[in-house]
Amino acid sequence: MTAEAEQLTAARPVTTAPRVRPGRYSLTRTLKYAALIFFLIVVLIPVYVLLVTSFKGTGDADPSRAWALPQLWTLENWATAWTTLSPAIGRTLAIVVPSSIISAFLGSLNGFVLARWSFRGADIVFTVILFGMFIPYQAVMIPLNQLVLDVGIPTGVPTLIMLHVVYGIPITTLIFRNYYTTVPHELIEAGRVDGAGMLRTYWSIVLPLSIPSFVVVLIWQFTSAWNDFLFAVFFSSSQNGPVTVALNNLANGALLQNYGVSMAGALFASLPTLVVYIILGKYFIGGLMSGSVKG
Amino acid sequence: MLKKLRRVGPPLLLLAPSLILVGVFVYGLIVANFTTSLTDNHTAAQATEQEPSAMVWFTNYFDLLASEDFQHSLMNLVLYTVVFLAGTMVMGFLWAWMLDKPVKGEGIFRSVYLFPMAVSFIASGVVWRWLLNSNQDEQASGLNRLFQIVGLDALQNNWWNNVTFGIIAIAIPAIWQLSGYVMALFLAGFRGIPHELREAARMDGASEWKLYRHVLFPQLSPVALSALIIIGHMSLKAFDLIMSISKPANYQTKVPAVDMFVFKSSFDYANAAAVGSILLIIVALVIVPYLIRTNREEKR
Repeated sequence: MTAEAEQLTAARPVTTAPRVRPGRYSLTRTLKYAALIFFLIVVLIPVYVLLVTSFKGTGDADPSRAWALPQLWTLENWATAWTTLSPAIGRTLAIVVPSSIISAFLGSLNGFVLARWSFRGADIVFTVILFGMFIPYQAVMIPLNQLVLDVGIPTGVPTLIMLHVVYGIPITTLIFRNYYTTVPHELIEAGRVDGAGMLRTYWSIVLPLSIPSFVVVLIWQFTSAWNDFLFAVFFSSSQNGPVTVALNNLANGALLQNYGVSMAGALFASLPTLVVYIILGKYFIGGLMSGSVKG
Repeated sequence: MLKKLRRVGPPLLLLAPSLILVGVFVYGLIVANFTTSLTDNHTAAQATEQEPSAMVWFTNYFDLLASEDFQHSLMNLVLYTVVFLAGTMVMGFLWAWMLDKPVKGEGIFRSVYLFPMAVSFIASGVVWRWLLNSNQDEQASGLNRLFQIVGLDALQNNWWNNVTFGIIAIAIPAIWQLSGYVMALFLAGFRGIPHELREAARMDGASEWKLYRHVLFPQLSPVALSALIIIGHMSLKAFDLIMSISKPANYQTKVPAVDMFVFKSSFDYANAAAVGSILLIIVALVIVPYLIRTNREEKR
């Protein structure tokens, strides 16, 4: 791994640059702030639309009022969206929680072996696993569909748990392996000298050190499984699937023209991942960074 | 021999569950998919194995690549990728560059620029479908109406309803969503450059441009490569946003991943599998050299 890439290793928050003398080049400074604020507003435009539209009633349907605040603020859209989507949100939780935990645990085991209990050819094994992270899932979908049917796993929650576990293995292995390469060899060796076997070393030395990585991996898996649509649309329906499918259905369905309801629904569907992002932001970024480091 | 087994045995045993799963679900299924793509399995009866399918070798591939319909999808994929990559790289670099030097409220800017990344394409697609509404003038809503309000009426257009360039409209929300990610990568890259390096260059009297050209850009190139690979391979898999904004039946904005979904829905498994394999080949052409390169670099 290059020194630059090392900078991106998991769970390391982006630090602030050292202060330099303020006050110089005041024109460039003003321009820079103007640009920063301009982009801030541009990025927030969809948020404004989402919020405002979700509170609008039918009286605001005229296109000329598209960007105006609601004439009459109503919670009706929110109520409709909630009754439509809440069962799907429950199912999403039932999919996302177990699959994140299981795939994080598998990734931790793999990462430990590949980084610190290594053997000849471990690098090749790692690359073979890692490739699974990049494949377009379209290239396995048809036989996967057949496999799920043949094995008889019910579509919806059970299938999706399994798929998120299996296809989560590469990324979780990557994050843990990169983290464990920073664990000093001496710690592991000390365990070996004391006669601790592989599992014992993992359990009593490595696992307690892994908490930060577990947080990063769990957040990463939680977010990507929560936001997944591809597997969901192939392996579930809006009756038994997660919120992305239900939301897409809501936005396309009988209520096609009712943007207010779909916008409120979009907000419900995004709230959990947004809350995670706001509260655990630095770990979230840690996951993003490690997602970028191959090998 | 026994000693060797004792060394290699336990770690392999621990890896075994994952290796078997990845072996079956990634490599096994890729082979199975490829096999299906070589058959004439085009009907529901064949898909459910009530009627047999025969080997037709590469006929499906030739037919697909020769059809104007699929060429349109490939062309869309190229356009989308170019715009998406250029957009995220430029915005991401610009934001990182502006935020690298001390800025008041840096945390706020950073968090806001990055937040769209936490939202699903399906949820953001709901808003962007509204924003990219193709109605104009009196009937305009969305961005077209906003252009009128700020006096840029000429910018009004029909967005994703344009046959040739409609796909570029889909790249806009994608850029909105992932520029912050590229920013975070570049920001980490900037912060990773030792301070002494800049100071040394300044002491030698290097101009600001030369400092960037000869010191900072070379240091940032691995980060830029990572960003290109990640965004590039996301782009090749483009699916969710199109499903959410313009819907799968829309000819203007279809890409191979959407074709695959449509083929699957109509039980044309052979063509669905062939499109999947084509996507895999395109992605592998980008990813495999990259994986080999990083693997080799690490050994050094």
